Amino acid sequence: MSKNSFKVLRPGINTTFQDLGRDNLYHVGLPFSGAIDKRNFLIANSLITNKEDDAVLEFAHQGPLLEFSGSQTSIVITGNVNFKIIKKDTSEIKGECYKTYNLNNKDCLDIISTEKSVYGYLSVKGGFHINKFCNSYSTTVRAEVGPNDGKKIEIGQSIILNAVDGAIEKSLEYLNSKIEFIRVIKGTNFDYFSKDSIKDFISKDFIVSKLTDRMGMRLSGPKIKNLKKTNIKSEGLGKGVIQVPADGDPIVMLSDHGTIGGYPKIAVVISADYDKLAQCPPGEKIKFKIVNLTEAENLYKIYTMETKNIINKIR
Amino acid sequence: MIKNIYNLGDAALYCDFGDTVNKETNLEVINYFKDIRKRNISGIKNIAPSYNKLIIYFDLELTNYKKIKDIVQNLDISTFENAKTKVVKIPVCFDDEFALDLERVEKKAGLGKKEIVNQLISQKYFCYMTGFIAGMPFLGDIKEKIRLDRLETPRVKVPKGSVGITEQFCNIYTFKSPGGWNIIGNSPKKIFTKDPTKLTLINPGDEVEFFEISKKEYSKFNEQK
Repeated sequence: MSKNSFKVLRPGINTTFQDLGRDNLYHVGLPFSGAIDKRNFLIANSLITNKEDDAVLEFAHQGPLLEFSGSQTSIVITGNVNFKIIKKDTSEIKGECYKTYNLNNKDCLDIISTEKSVYGYLSVKGGFHINKFCNSYSTTVRAEVGPNDGKKIEIGQSIILNAVDGAIEKSLEYLNSKIEFIRVIKGTNFDYFSKDSIKDFISKDFIVSKLTDRMGMRLSGPKIKNLKKTNIKSEGLGKGVIQVPADGDPIVMLSDHGTIGGYPKIAVVISADYDKLAQCPPGEKIKFKIVNLTEAENLYKIYTMETKNIINKIR
Repeated sequence: MIKNIYNLGDAALYCDFGDTVNKETNLEVINYFKDIRKRNISGIKNIAPSYNKLIIYFDLELTNYKKIKDIVQNLDISTFENAKTKVVKIPVCFDDEFALDLERVEKKAGLGKKEIVNQLISQKYFCYMTGFIAGMPFLGDIKEKIRLDRLETPRVKVPKGSVGITEQFCNIYTFKSPGGWNIIGNSPKKIFTKDPTKLTLINPGDEVEFFEISKKEYSKFNEQK
């Protein structure tokens, strides 16, 4: 076993191992899970020259404080993250995202917080010494599956790293941009809602509520009025699906969502805008805009092309 | 048969089998689900069967709605296999400690505890679907006498193992979870196993039978807390 490891001095609020997610288990009640912000996940692994689908540590709001033990390792952090490296001699280096750093024995990595966003990613050269569950390194905390016994990272535990030789020196100039609108496609129960409410839905601001986690994002704003029925026969859900319960406040399903739900679906966030929506922290205002399927498909092509172009700029 | 196909967002196909929820419709959904899984169609990432819907998720980098719709529409699923289903026996303890909503059920049904328990354990149930939380089975149909609505205010935390009823259905909370079903007992049996070869004991199409255990037997089980 590798002698390289992190000791968790502070776990952070919601720090879990994630990868591209777990397919083909909706029928037993397991969602995809996986890194919420796919683009930042892919950039992290590319910068550190890992495989595209290697596991990373995803953190939300406050990240972990980790003490490195071993000879040497290379790390990178992506997202909008405020972090620092505290060297063994207590000197501090202010961290920059999208730039690799080398850690030596007893250096600490202090991931202080994500700024104007929610999720950030830590990738380590060679990856973590963890096992896949059903072909994926993703943790689904609610079902207690995935690495680390399906749990969040906890204080005092050790995280073992895979052994690798050599230091990595890579960087990328990249700024996470905001978009004016979150684009959606009409949902399968779009016509359950009143004309005025539909108008509100696509013209007024919604605010991301504090009741938001990897399972779902609750929004507050104008109440969405249902004219038909507030419950449907329970059926499958997917990430980005926006349900409206009887109270009129929309809920967007995120990567760890419950796989079955019985509230009407007003809309679905397009695949190209999912990362950006999920990165909106509580208190942030969002506006929705309806697009059609062809537009959504084209926007996703542009999104994947942009991701590739960004990764190609890594030096 | 599939009555209508819509897109759910840009990366899923929403197949509607009609408005009625019954065993026949649900068996059609399950047959489609099993058949599509067997075919290993390129680009399909996940399939979610429910009472009367089948949602098929695909990888938008590899395929698109039109292509998957064409494939699904032209599937020949006329030879429905008589799926080999199994009967799963589940122990349930109805001790007052676990029967959180017994009073409510007694009042609505106008029956005593013993009668309610008998109504529940005197028949086999069909598993319509599994999900919401990992391994949670949606079972039906329960006897008309013990049917009632959900709680007006859902519980923030339903204990793991809770057995609940609502409308024509009953279920088992395989994990601690929020929920609004009327809780009348608790099963110590581990249903979501985490064994990749058989992740969950109860699958769509299976039959489930409950049998009553005492609190003493419950604590001996000790598989689940």
